[in-house]
Amino acid sequence: MKFIDPHIHMSARTTDDYERMAAAGIVALIEPAFWLGQPRTNAGSYMDYLSSLVGWERFRAAQFGIHHYCAIGLNAKEANNVALAEEVMALLPRYLLKEGVVALGEIGFDDQTAAEEKYYRAQLDMAKELDMVVMVHTPHRDKKTGTIRSMQIAVEQGLAPGRVIIDHNNEETVEDVLDRGFWAAFTLYPHTKMGNERMVEIARRYGSERIIIDSSSDWGVSDPLAVPKTARLMLERGIAAQDVEKISYRNALAAYGQTGQMAEKHWLDPAAIDQRTLFEGNSVLRGQQPRIDELQQIPERIKDLVFK
Amino acid sequence: MTPLELLTRWLARQLPADAAAWLQKSSAQTRSSGKDADLYFAVSLVARKLGKADLVLSDADLRDANASRTGWDPRDWSADQAARVLLVLALEQDPQRLARALDQLCNSADVSELVAFYRGLPLYPEQPRYLARATEGLRTNIKGVFEAIALRNPYPSEQFPQAAWNQMVLKALFVGSALWPIVGLDRRANAELARMLCDYAHERWSAGRPVSPELWRCVGPHASGTMLKDLERVLKEGTDPERRAAALALRASPDPAAAPMLQRDAALAKAVAGGELTWERVVAAA
Repeated sequence: MKFIDPHIHMSARTTDDYERMAAAGIVALIEPAFWLGQPRTNAGSYMDYLSSLVGWERFRAAQFGIHHYCAIGLNAKEANNVALAEEVMALLPRYLLKEGVVALGEIGFDDQTAAEEKYYRAQLDMAKELDMVVMVHTPHRDKKTGTIRSMQIAVEQGLAPGRVIIDHNNEETVEDVLDRGFWAAFTLYPHTKMGNERMVEIARRYGSERIIIDSSSDWGVSDPLAVPKTARLMLERGIAAQDVEKISYRNALAAYGQTGQMAEKHWLDPAAIDQRTLFEGNSVLRGQQPRIDELQQIPERIKDLVFK
Repeated sequence: MTPLELLTRWLARQLPADAAAWLQKSSAQTRSSGKDADLYFAVSLVARKLGKADLVLSDADLRDANASRTGWDPRDWSADQAARVLLVLALEQDPQRLARALDQLCNSADVSELVAFYRGLPLYPEQPRYLARATEGLRTNIKGVFEAIALRNPYPSEQFPQAAWNQMVLKALFVGSALWPIVGLDRRANAELARMLCDYAHERWSAGRPVSPELWRCVGPHASGTMLKDLERVLKEGTDPERRAAALALRASPDPAAAPMLQRDAALAKAVAGGELTWERVVAAA
């Protein structure tokens, strides 16, 4: 079985993670722009970060046979530093239409302040003008209100719900999201977001239509194998294989593939060597052979399927 | 014809009509609007508007390229790279603006874009302006970006001071690039580089790692003293391609002690003297 992790911050992860992800069947991932765990103090560091998402990190992933896509945007936390936010907003047009940028994101609310709303709306306008898909981060605190407000604003700004993925859902928000026609993504993140046994029950109850899972792995305690582990747990607990495939692969492809920047042929029918970028180069592996040929291998069993 | 005219002609010939029209419109707008954002959007959109097919060039086209700009060799360019360079060159009437825009483009470039901008180096007006950009680009860890500057590109041999040139050649060996596509490889050989390369060969030997036979190409013309000892060792103990390389290097050495060393391997000495053995053949066999 092939998997896509449509929300993972690889810049914060190691090459061991890339190796394990490839071995577990992850063929593609999406890295949305977010904060660094501490606030940036200037737009220059934001710019270098965005450049790394379309440059170095994409190259690094390719060394392990994983297709790296990204979402570009001004995150909610840093929207509150208005001076920084203004400069970052001016930078975004330089990145949004680049190859492999599948969405504008992750954007939305954190503390649900006026500044967050202002830049959320402005970025939705940008997405509409450039015909982009949007990845919406929903807040940890006052989640249900923030989630509904995010969707209302997206509709007010003229976005079609089918072009918007609402991320970090839980049992309390999923119905509102699905009823309004948005994509409902679930972050399987130990301790703070969703454990994967809960996710199995959500799949049992709501089926596989417009439901997506991701790991949102970053520099915190998180699991870059959350998607394949949860898919296996679903299979073991009796969720139909075609539903598991939709939840852990096909829906992400349908949602984020809408602008043509991510396509199954990229990994099913890849060029032997990308002559433009020489992605077969192995500067990260430092002398080891790239693992491209082992792309489809899946280990017999991943230990410790369940996490809370 | 200028390089810009050639790129325009080649792309118009192979692109579908609507794609060619988009490119023409975008380059005209970039030139006339004065807004850098127009250039950023156009450069980003190239891959999705034009695709990433190879740039189709005949031998005559390659001759035209070299006639238009000596040393320009676009044989393995793709259509998207050609179009991105074309969009930058749309600003060539205003060299200052072009330099500023290119700097900004490189600062926010993805990998494919970087390869394109660096391959375009020999085509930008006021060539010395781009020295810092080129040496900065070579600090990359991405091999494709490194090779965009180092290989089939006349810019380094024309503009680099010796220290930068030597670092580039050494790095090419480090990252596993071939040396023969480096433009000006023989012309820019120098004694300091020969010393650095011999030191590097010793490091590799100590670590039990192979040494590229091509390394000796840049050593030969400056080989004397202990360097000759290294060549003697390779001639005696090396693999076949290494021994051929050592023979060629000994032949190129100005030191009178080199000839007797070469003569100790009669077969190779004869092949070198007869012109049957060339660096191209050493590379092909390695």
